[in-house]
Amino acid sequence: MTDPAPLLVVEDLHVSVGDREILRGVDLVISEGETHVLLGPNGGGKTTLLNTIVGLPGYRVTQGRILFKGVDLAGLDIDERARMGIGVAFQRPPAVRGIKLRQLIEVAADGRFDEAMLADLVGELSLENMIDRDVNMGFSGGEMKRSEMAQLLAQAPDLTLFDEPESGVDLDNIAVVGAAMTRLLKAERAGMSKRSGLIVTHTGHILEYVNADIGHVLYGGRLACRGNPRDLIDEISRHGYDKCVECAICQR
Amino acid sequence: MPEMTRFDVQARIAEIRALAEAARDKKAAYGPDLDLSRFNPAADAQSVESLESLEKQVKEVALGVGIDTKEENRSGTYFQVDRSPIYERVTEMYGGKLEIMSTAQALQLYPELMYEKYYWRAVAPDKDKYTAQVALQPTEGYFIRVLPGQKIEKPIQACLFVSENNISQNVHNVIIMEEGSEATVITGCTIHPKVREGLHAGISEFYVGKGAKLTFTMIHNWAEDFDVRPRTGIVVEEDGTYVNNYVLLKPVKSIQSFPVARLVGARSRAVFNSIVYGLADSYIDIGSESVLEGPGSRSEAVARTVTKDRSIVYSRGRLVGRTNDCKAHLDCRGMVQSEQSTQWAIPDLASEGAPGAELSHEAAISPIAAEEIYYLMSRGVPKDEAVSMITRGFLDLEIPGLPPALKRQIDKALEETAKESM
Ligand SMILES: Nc1ncnc2c1ncn2[C@@H]1O[C@H](COP(=O)(O)OP(=O)(O)O)[C@@H](O)[C@H]1O
Ligand SMILES: [Mg+2]
Repeated sequence: MTDPAPLLVVEDLHVSVGDREILRGVDLVISEGETHVLLGPNGGGKTTLLNTIVGLPGYRVTQGRILFKGVDLAGLDIDERARMGIGVAFQRPPAVRGIKLRQLIEVAADGRFDEAMLADLVGELSLENMIDRDVNMGFSGGEMKRSEMAQLLAQAPDLTLFDEPESGVDLDNIAVVGAAMTRLLKAERAGMSKRSGLIVTHTGHILEYVNADIGHVLYGGRLACRGNPRDLIDEISRHGYDKCVECAICQR
Repeated sequence: MPEMTRFDVQARIAEIRALAEAARDKKAAYGPDLDLSRFNPAADAQSVESLESLEKQVKEVALGVGIDTKEENRSGTYFQVDRSPIYERVTEMYGGKLEIMSTAQALQLYPELMYEKYYWRAVAPDKDKYTAQVALQPTEGYFIRVLPGQKIEKPIQACLFVSENNISQNVHNVIIMEEGSEATVITGCTIHPKVREGLHAGISEFYVGKGAKLTFTMIHNWAEDFDVRPRTGIVVEEDGTYVNNYVLLKPVKSIQSFPVARLVGARSRAVFNSIVYGLADSYIDIGSESVLEGPGSRSEAVARTVTKDRSIVYSRGRLVGRTNDCKAHLDCRGMVQSEQSTQWAIPDLASEGAPGAELSHEAAISPIAAEEIYYLMSRGVPKDEAVSMITRGFLDLEIPGLPPALKRQIDKALEETAKESM
């Protein structure tokens, strides 16, 4: 078997928000079929990295580049990146008055979805009480994540970025969200290799429900450490991030 | 209608005329003042046997304001072109339950009753120069009466159509909902595509009897040089309900409208829903007033306004509590989408000798949230489509009781307007 092709390549990425430099040379390669985990202290820049890949305004790339499927993303709008195959589950998505979850699922599917698939999705994620409500308006933490998963399953991106998928979610919901993530990441694509993912987690809980291949620690604006995700989490929970960065299990 | 005691019709006609004469030059409280002498009197139009025989263009624009010329799913129709009622019909299954005719015909048929109780009783002829104009040079308008206890499931439709350039259409409409009756009336006001300028002055007087319910939906579709001055008064009796839906999604030169509902009966209710899209150089001054007089009366007014281009929109709402047990709420939200446009949200509450009155409001003007646009874009929606979806969502009031076909038409119009204005 040949090595899987790289899907996302982040090279020496420097990102500023306002006049503060948050990312200071991030290097990351995610290949087709791989799921990576991004750990790191609060305020370390995990969300900044995700939002920069997504293309949200306000995240200024001052150095380095991001390649997706070999294409430099610089200058591409959020929607263009989405249509190239990048999807994101936001940590706290905004409520949109007058737009129903159903509508968002439909636009995300972009015609690839029929009534039967929608019905399956509603059943799988228990969306019965949400599907015809304004999206995220008064949704609980768990409902919000289930809604994000539904939109992503409809969108079927090649690379999905998950920003703290377990935050604000009770145990029952984590299991449902985790199952949806697994389906999203492990789905077979006809004639192609599997999908890829990048999961930001602060606690690591979600890894009890989703398999991940490689873990990274974002620290000091860089990916300071790389290894088996579970080993990294054990190490961090025992010694904290400061020590983790220098520890033995790190393969960097 | 019951036998009436003699009422001096001639004296009342003279009184209306005198009041109107005195108000000929009286400026309206709101909106730009118009020189009425620049409009020509409305001309006669030919009656038609069937709405299907109308010119194709006329049918299309009528459809755009909710008028179904096939009359499918309608219980009755009134169609007026310029000064002439050209078509009136009650479908067979509603015969004997519902009357539809021109107001002039109703005045001939029920002179005493009309002049004593309904004609110029909810709107004063000397309110301003526009009411005076309609009183002095009336050009018909519709009369709809729903008989006691009759529930008219299918909507009644009325179209007020202007086909000639630069005329003044001065209609006077009366709706009487007798005790325990229910109906939905769709009024579409529009013009022939060739018409550029003109005036529509419309008096509407609605009487909702004991336990009756009227859902009145008005869709306006005018032109960039057209002026509009509706004057509407509603009286709601015991346990009666009045629901007013107003939709304006196309440019207009100026429109100023401020319907007033008097909730005189115990437990009477009024609901006002407005959807307004300010485009081009439109000057739009809309609002509503509910006067809560009956114990247990309730009112709610919801307005959604969007301004683009160089439009100016005033969104007013007034609640006047005159009884201890009354409750009313205003909710006006505006979204400003251009640097050259202006919006005013003007809520206005008063308690007059009613310490128990509970009146409240929420008013907000805000931009379209960038975060929401990005959210939709992250699902692959291009930016302009995201803006249009969010705008449509903001204006989508989910008006209860709206016939599904009308709802689809409004959605379609919203979509078209959002697309065109991009
Ligand atoms: N939109 C923003 N405006 C201002 N500061 C921001 C913004 N986004 C992130 N930051 C700052 O950048 C730093 C990294 O934040 P973030 O990427 O959210 O970290 P994490 O997701 O790892 O907790 C923090 O100091 C945060 O305050
Ligand atoms: Mg974060």
